[in-house]
Amino acid sequence: MTDKSPQGYWRANLRLLAFCLAIWAVVSYGFGILFHPVLDEIRIGGYKLGFWFAQQGSIYTFLLLIFFYAWRMKAIDREYDVHED
Amino acid sequence: MDLQTLTYIVVGATFALYFGIALWAKASTTGEFYVAGKGVNPVANGMATAADWMSAASFISMAGLIAFKGYDASVFLMGWTGGYVLLAMLLAPYLRKFGKYTVPEFIGERYYSKTARMVAIICLIVASLTYVIGQMKGIGVAFSRFLELPFEIGLFIGMGIVFVYAVLGGMKGITYTQIAQYVVLITAYTVPAIFISLHLTGTPVPQIGLGSKLVEDGTYLLDKLDVILQDLGFAAYTAQKSNTLNILLYTLSLMIGTAGLPHVIMRFFTVPKVSDARSSAGWALFFIAILYTVAPAVGAMSFYNLVKTIQVGEVGAPDGNLRYEDRPQWFRNWEKTGLLKFEDKNGDGRIQYYNDKNEEFAKKAEQWGWKGNEMVKIDRDIMVLANPEIANLPNWVIALVAAGGIAAALSTAAGLLLAISSAISHDLMKGIFTPNISERGELLAGRIAMAGSILVAGYLGLNPPGFAAQVVALAFGLAASSLFPAILMGIFSRRINRQGAVVGMLAGLGVTLLYIFTYKGFLFLPGTNLLPNTPDNWLLGIAPEAFGAVGALVNFVVAWVVSRATAEPPQHIQELVESIRVPRGAGAASNH
Repeated sequence: MTDKSPQGYWRANLRLLAFCLAIWAVVSYGFGILFHPVLDEIRIGGYKLGFWFAQQGSIYTFLLLIFFYAWRMKAIDREYDVHED
Repeated sequence: MDLQTLTYIVVGATFALYFGIALWAKASTTGEFYVAGKGVNPVANGMATAADWMSAASFISMAGLIAFKGYDASVFLMGWTGGYVLLAMLLAPYLRKFGKYTVPEFIGERYYSKTARMVAIICLIVASLTYVIGQMKGIGVAFSRFLELPFEIGLFIGMGIVFVYAVLGGMKGITYTQIAQYVVLITAYTVPAIFISLHLTGTPVPQIGLGSKLVEDGTYLLDKLDVILQDLGFAAYTAQKSNTLNILLYTLSLMIGTAGLPHVIMRFFTVPKVSDARSSAGWALFFIAILYTVAPAVGAMSFYNLVKTIQVGEVGAPDGNLRYEDRPQWFRNWEKTGLLKFEDKNGDGRIQYYNDKNEEFAKKAEQWGWKGNEMVKIDRDIMVLANPEIANLPNWVIALVAAGGIAAALSTAAGLLLAISSAISHDLMKGIFTPNISERGELLAGRIAMAGSILVAGYLGLNPPGFAAQVVALAFGLAASSLFPAILMGIFSRRINRQGAVVGMLAGLGVTLLYIFTYKGFLFLPGTNLLPNTPDNWLLGIAPEAFGAVGALVNFVVAWVVSRATAEPPQHIQELVESIRVPRGAGAASNH
């Protein structure tokens, strides 16, 4: 039985946040900036992969991340019985 | 029909549309959706937020910077979109639960201090005013081209129109007007991009076109651009030019600045539910991403067309360069604005555009009789507006782009001016200094603040501290270093107290302003900078636009240390923090 207290809810939220923000940082700061010279060796069509992440891929990932977070949080809100209406 | 008449008609028609919707909406629903987007679903709200947020920097300026900086301009693309992730996850739902309307109000209440509220107001005004300077530059460019006048006169006319538009004001808050503005803006941006992508690469989707082969010779567009640029002595398009630390911090500054900008945050205070605040940020980013994923294609393709226009044949061949007399109409039009300048340095009547700062290449060029880069001025901010002309698109497309650029700049400028004027008249005068001010007095103070802001921003816009997107980047850095840490710590820490927040905000804003003024001039006045604004002089190669992330770090550290050394916040504040972390019990946003 998991902890159903507000503290438990907050910890569940922080775990999800850590997961989402790790992906957020990896696609932009990792793939798009730090590792782009390495990833640029790989190509998809005319795009070098690092360049693609910097100018296209990171934006698509951000979008998916926000909707994923919103969807998971809705479930967590219910699980801990702190949802609205 | 000639281009100018057509532009008047299209720009006029879009204005009529916005006013028409404003009137219709007011009449049919008795101002119901003034109550802050209630009943407006998150998709519509997201679209309106996108229109509100995308300004001259996104529309007019960004693709031009991408064109000339290539990979390095990725900071704008990742920075201005990645901030929405932070907004959706770290700020928006909790601020919505808190349930007030303005950022200074949250900071004032969370830190149980009028001083904190006051400092937040100052941070808000500094960041917003800097943002307006960037809009003024963009508006000046759009109007000077559209009216075929010098940039300065275009700017003065733009200032007048912004004033009228912002004072009429009420319509700014109406979601449906903003939806119309979004539709105009995104159509104006994507239609030319689709045409050009189709023409150059044979695919109508610009995001795919950028990674496709050119129709004319079967090489990939990006590879071809790398080659073309290197042939003219520049660095390759897809290569990184500035140092990695600077790129990291620049991106981070823009991300946390996006999440810290008061006029963006305000949109999420007013959605119906906490869960809507999360998804609404996602929808806003969806509509923003349409422009942001097309922008790299616009940048690359417009630059390709520009170079092809000037460098008609082989580099170094006597007839490889365009004769000045044969220059196309768009070239002549932009020369009138003073934003595009040619100087025949070697007197051969042809245009040479190359990197004369590259010594090795410059020597080679000398043997061809080239005596320096002759495109002495190509203002980056003209690229998006010139793009359809360079690509020979029909006049109605060119007129549409002008209307889109004006819509983007006006809507954001008006929104920011309203934020500034309400901060001064409502938060500062009524909230702190003169609580007994009459409603008329409050309105008058707001109008005076607005007029003052336009004059200041317009004056500084004449000699802006950078291209529109760069000026806006400075504003984001200021918001990043001052407001974002205070709000974030206010939610995620119970321990940060009044003293910590106040000293932290002042320290963050202070170091960032100091760093920016050192290179960009005191209050951005030209000639008052202490050090030349070049990468060699920057601390660890960090650009002034990227320094907001450092300022934010200073803010975090100072706030934490000071809070540790002083008493913890009172019990009711710690309970407030607990309560904003939980969605249940969120009432409607309360008007005060």
